[in-house]
Amino acid sequence: MEEILRVEGLSKTFTLSKKQQKIERTTLRKKVAVDNLSFTANRGEIFGLLGPNGAGKTTTLRMLSTLIKPDAGDAVLDGCSIIGDPEGVRSKIGFLTSELKLEDFFTPNYLFDFFSRLHQVPEDVVRTRKELMFARFGIDKFAEVKVQNLSTGMKQKLSLVISLVHDPEVIIFDEPTNGLDVLTARTVTDYLQELRGEGKTIILSTHIFSLVERLCDRVGIIIDGKLTHCGTLSEVCDGMTIEDRFFEIYKEVKGDEQ
Amino acid sequence: MKNNTWTIIKKEFARFFGDRSLMFTTVIMPGLLIYLIYSLMGEGIGKMVTEGQDEVVTMRVENMPEFLAAEIASDSQMVVVNQPFGQEDIDMLADEDLNIVMVRFPKDFELLVNTYDPKCGLPAPNVEIYYNSTNNATSLVYKTLTAFLDSYESGMSNRFDVNRVDDGSTAQFDMATDDSIGAMIWSKLLPMLIVMMLFSGTMAIAPSAIAGEKERGTIATLLVTPMRRNQLALGKIVSLSCIALLSGISSFIGIALSLPKMISGEDVELGFNYTFGDYAAILLVIFATVLIMASVVSLLSALAKDVKSAGTMITPFMLVVMLAGLIPMFQNNTPETFTTYIIPFYNSIEVMTATFAHKIMWSNVVVCLVSNICYTGIAVWGLTRMFNSEKVMFGK
Repeated sequence: MEEILRVEGLSKTFTLSKKQQKIERTTLRKKVAVDNLSFTANRGEIFGLLGPNGAGKTTTLRMLSTLIKPDAGDAVLDGCSIIGDPEGVRSKIGFLTSELKLEDFFTPNYLFDFFSRLHQVPEDVVRTRKELMFARFGIDKFAEVKVQNLSTGMKQKLSLVISLVHDPEVIIFDEPTNGLDVLTARTVTDYLQELRGEGKTIILSTHIFSLVERLCDRVGIIIDGKLTHCGTLSEVCDGMTIEDRFFEIYKEVKGDEQ
Repeated sequence: MKNNTWTIIKKEFARFFGDRSLMFTTVIMPGLLIYLIYSLMGEGIGKMVTEGQDEVVTMRVENMPEFLAAEIASDSQMVVVNQPFGQEDIDMLADEDLNIVMVRFPKDFELLVNTYDPKCGLPAPNVEIYYNSTNNATSLVYKTLTAFLDSYESGMSNRFDVNRVDDGSTAQFDMATDDSIGAMIWSKLLPMLIVMMLFSGTMAIAPSAIAGEKERGTIATLLVTPMRRNQLALGKIVSLSCIALLSGISSFIGIALSLPKMISGEDVELGFNYTFGDYAAILLVIFATVLIMASVVSLLSALAKDVKSAGTMITPFMLVVMLAGLIPMFQNNTPETFTTYIIPFYNSIEVMTATFAHKIMWSNVVVCLVSNICYTGIAVWGLTRMFNSEKVMFGK
C-alpha cells in the first residue's frame, strides 16, 4: 500500500462571534474545531471521515484543500505540504463541497475549458476529457445551456465534473451525497467506486453510515475535533455494524450526553 | 502559471461582454443618457433665452415722453397705447398669458429730469414699469426699457467712458482668446466630470465581480484551483479597470458631444484645441486613475460580505473622490510641488487640470503614472492577502 496522504497533528481553532456563541450555547470565545488530528490514506482507497455535524470533518477537508490554514500541524499530499506548497496541493486534488458554486452565467462547455486552463491542462486533453466526462454524466446535451437554466441534479453533476477537469490523483469530497436526488447520488457513488478502480484516492466526509459501509475501505471516526478510531472498516467495526459501533464509540467519548 | 492572470481577464471579459443587458447599462447607457440629458438641458436653456423674442407686447403708457416714443416706434415687438391705468389694470398682469406691460412716467418727465438736482435731498423722478417676470415676452420688454432708460440717464451726465467701442472700431480690450477662455473652463469642469464618470463605471461592475463572487460562492471554486492568489488579484483588477475605462470613455463621449449643445445658449465661443500630446497625457492619466479606482473598489468589495454592503463601504470613498474632483474649481494655479503628484486621485485631477489649461508638465504626468502603478501594485498585494485570508473570504 502506497501512502499518498499523511496528516499530522492538524489543529484548528475558531473565534466565536456573539451570535455564534448563542447558537453554540456557550460562553467560550474559542472553539476547537479540529484537535491534533493525525491519519494516513493510501493510494487507490476510499477513506471516510465519519462523525456527527460539527465534529470537524468539513474543517479538516477545507484544511486539506488549502482553503483554510491549520493553526498547528501539517499534511503532506502526494509529496506536497498544505503549508509549504498549497498551489502544489491544489494541482493534485479535486475538491468538491456544496459551498463551491459555479457562475450561473456561463455554460458547462465554457466552465470546463476555463477551469482546465487554470489547471494547465493541455488543449487536446481538455477536448477528449470533456467529451468523455460530459457523455459519462449526460451533460453533453446541455453543454451550451447556461448553468442558471440547468436542473439542480445537472448542476451537481457539473460541479463534480468541473472539480475533476485535471484528472486529479486525490479527490476530496465533503458530504458527497448531501442534497442530491437519489438518481444523482447513485451516479456519484458509482463514479467514486469507478475512480477507485482507476487507482485514485478519495477522501470523503459523511455522517451517513450506509455510505461508509458501501464505499469506504478505511474509516476515521471523528468526534469533537478528535480522531477517536482509525483503520479498515472491519478493524473499526470490530464485528458490529458501523452504526452500532459508532454509537458505542460516541457513548464512550461523550458519556450519556446526547 | 503566468497566463492564469490572462485566463481570469478573459473570463471577466466573457462575463461582461456576453451579458448584453450589463454591457448596455454599463457602457452604452451612461454615454447615451448623458448625451440626451445634456442636449435636452441645452435646448431648454436656449429656448428660455430666445422664447418670447417674436411675440408682440402691448405697452400701455401714461405720460409718454417724446424721446421714448421715437425710440419705441422702430421696435416691432412693442405696440404703444397711450392710456392711463389704475390698480385694477395692474392686477390683471398677474395672468402670465397677457403680453402687456404698463409704464407710468411722471407728468413732464423730461422737464423734471432736466431740472432735478441730486443734491437737493428730494427723491428723484420715478418711472413705474409693471410686468410679469414669468412671461418671457414682457420680461424682455422690461429689460429693453430699463436698459434704454439707464443709458438715457447716464447720457445726461456723461463725463467719461470705459472701454468705449466706436462704430466701425475693432478695438479689443479683453485680450483673452476664445481658446484660453475655453481652456480655463474645461480645466475646471472636465477633470471632475471624468473622475465621476470613471467612478460610476467602476462602481457598476467591481462590487459584483468580487463581493458578488463571494456572495454567490463562486470565488471559493476559484480558490481551490492551483492558480496563485496574486494572479487572481491582478486579473480581477486589470479586467475591471479595462471595463470601467470603457464605461468612462462612453460617458466622456456623451459629454463631449453634448457640451456644445449645452453651452449653445451662452454668449461665448469656447475653443477646444488640444494637441496629440495633451490627448495622450489625458488618456494615460485616465488609465492610471481607473487602475487605482478599480484597486480600491476591489479591496473594499473583497472586505464586504455581499454586494449591498460593498456599496455601503464604497460610498465614503466615493465622496472623497468627488471632493478631490471639485478642487480645481477653487484654485487658480495647479500646484508645483512634487508631493502633490504622488497623492492618489488628487494627482490625476491636477494633471488633468493642468493639461486642459494648456499647462501640461510631463514630469508630473510621469510621477502621477508611476505612483498610481505603484499603488496598484500595493493593492494587488493587499487583494492577494485578502484572497489568502479565510476570515475575509469565508468569515460570516
